[in-house]
Amino acid sequence: MIKTFTDSLLDSYQRYPDKNIIYLMKSGFLDQKISYRDLIKGSANYTAELNRKGIKPGEVVILVLQHGIELINAYFGCILHGAIPSIMPFLTEKLIPERYRNDLTSLIKITKPSAIITYSDFNFEIQSAISDKSSVREVILVEKINLCDDFPTFRGAFRDEKDIVLLQHSSGTTGLQKGVALSHRAVFNQLESYQKAIRLQSNDVIVSWLPLYHDMGLIACFLMPILLRIPLVIMSPFEWVRAPYKLFTSISLYHGTLCWLPNFAYNFCADKIRDHQIDNINLSSLRAVINCSEPVRWESHQKFIARFEKYGLNLKALAACYAMAENVFAVTQSGIDSLLKIDEIDREDFQQLKKANQTSKSNATIKMVSNGRPIENTQIKIISEKGDFLPERQVGQIVIKSNCMLTEYYNRMDETISSMLDGWFKTGDLGYIADGELYVSGRIKDMIIVGGKNIYPQDIEFIVMKVEGVLSGRVVAFGLYNEKQGTEEVVVVAEVDVESINDKEKISETIMREVAQNSAISLRNTYIVKPKWLIKTSSGKIARGANRDKYLKEIDEAK
Amino acid sequence: MKNDEIIVKLSKKIAEEILSQPNREILSDEPLITSGLIDSFHLVDLALIVEDEFGVRIEDTELNSNCFNTISQLANLIIGRLNK
Repeated sequence: MIKTFTDSLLDSYQRYPDKNIIYLMKSGFLDQKISYRDLIKGSANYTAELNRKGIKPGEVVILVLQHGIELINAYFGCILHGAIPSIMPFLTEKLIPERYRNDLTSLIKITKPSAIITYSDFNFEIQSAISDKSSVREVILVEKINLCDDFPTFRGAFRDEKDIVLLQHSSGTTGLQKGVALSHRAVFNQLESYQKAIRLQSNDVIVSWLPLYHDMGLIACFLMPILLRIPLVIMSPFEWVRAPYKLFTSISLYHGTLCWLPNFAYNFCADKIRDHQIDNINLSSLRAVINCSEPVRWESHQKFIARFEKYGLNLKALAACYAMAENVFAVTQSGIDSLLKIDEIDREDFQQLKKANQTSKSNATIKMVSNGRPIENTQIKIISEKGDFLPERQVGQIVIKSNCMLTEYYNRMDETISSMLDGWFKTGDLGYIADGELYVSGRIKDMIIVGGKNIYPQDIEFIVMKVEGVLSGRVVAFGLYNEKQGTEEVVVVAEVDVESINDKEKISETIMREVAQNSAISLRNTYIVKPKWLIKTSSGKIARGANRDKYLKEIDEAK
Repeated sequence: MKNDEIIVKLSKKIAEEILSQPNREILSDEPLITSGLIDSFHLVDLALIVEDEFGVRIEDTELNSNCFNTISQLANLIIGRLNK
């Protein structure tokens, strides 16, 4: 009986050693074919090294590696050993190393890893983030991994199905301090339900450019295909963002059938790919392109289909999914083998009464895209601010209950407890249910989603507060939706005590630069204001929503 | 086309189309990539601008600070290809 990831991997290895499971793309190289034999052999080298260094099953190992064969082997090397892998996003060239070190330090502090796996070139960065008292006993360098002829004992096979198998984090200081811990059983339960929801079959081919530190990339486009023996074509997000056309040439070449994308990627691909880059491609093999991890926009879908229809993309392939790491991945799914349902609702009722009423033609409307029905063994409800269940078509917080929930926020009992309400997990997202289907409309929590990536405004505000000239504690950051790009962008409002336009511009430039170099995002706008401009709540906190409204009003009036 | 002309054109296009700040002056030796001025989502726009304006292709493997980080370096890369 298969109870652990290790059981599943070894079963595939024994039964289908020569089956190619991963096609790894790398610019300037031929695609690398990886069979189950290659995967287990490559990963076993890491397992042996972890064993040799005295890393125990159940201990956390952080992987600081770029997307590529080392990351894949190190990940499964940890799994086969029974250690708990956690991927830390790699340092980008614009990020200040010092900032990266701070993020790494905060990840280490909460997660208490016993080892970190990285490149020799990166050892210095890692060492400087580790203090004497840190939990980290070993830094393992991929270049020094020995090749072993015989397999070590795979202690991962002795784990219990309820044991934690992996951790997932979102980016930034705040996100890194809140790791979602998932058990073997939770992941298997999710895959069991989700494969039915998407009618997964052995002739499917998944094509992905998604980062592996994110649930959509890690679960849907990495662990699911590898554990369920569905071929996976994978490229690094770093390469895709520079050459988005390669996603489509790969789908055509490998007859890809399934692809997951965050909403912004629909706009990005439609806008930034030239015809000559995708001459003669055929996208008719795609049976589902699944929009997930940002609010789904009808306009983005229209743009995408208009651009790629002539290459054989079927309108029926457009699908949507509501997912979160806390439920392993999917909560609901829609549009598999059928057209996505669109709910056209009255704009005024929606904004003022928080009701999603279908309407007479004369009023202004919003086209909402359905995220579908819950997958098996997952329930959804909508609750009011007081915590009461709401009827259909009333907007409130989405709460979920399932057989694939997180075990906990790792070493954060406080966060784990506060996220639950009478056995329901509070998602922090807003939405409504109509005819049993879920429509997601916004968020209660202040989190901003930029290009599918979760950004915590407090991380951005913290960076801006350190800029010289900005008044202490007088900063707010929030997200604004950009229709052209199909995603949110971050705006910062900062109070300063200078008068001249020149000085203000200088501060604004510094803020833009500091945020770019200290976080994973670039600001859309920095709005410099006089002292006492910002609105605070009665408890003295900066009210993000109220300040966002004030900003929008002023910008509108200035037009 | 002269180096100076390319620099002026690149500066104008980047300010208008990538930064959406038409009045922003970008100096020829100002870091573009390591400073985060052009974030990773906009690197591909830079390649498209170069292709449209100068008929020169920049490969995706060249869109990083090892190949160019300033407008002046990018202009040199373009001239090198125009003269081929």
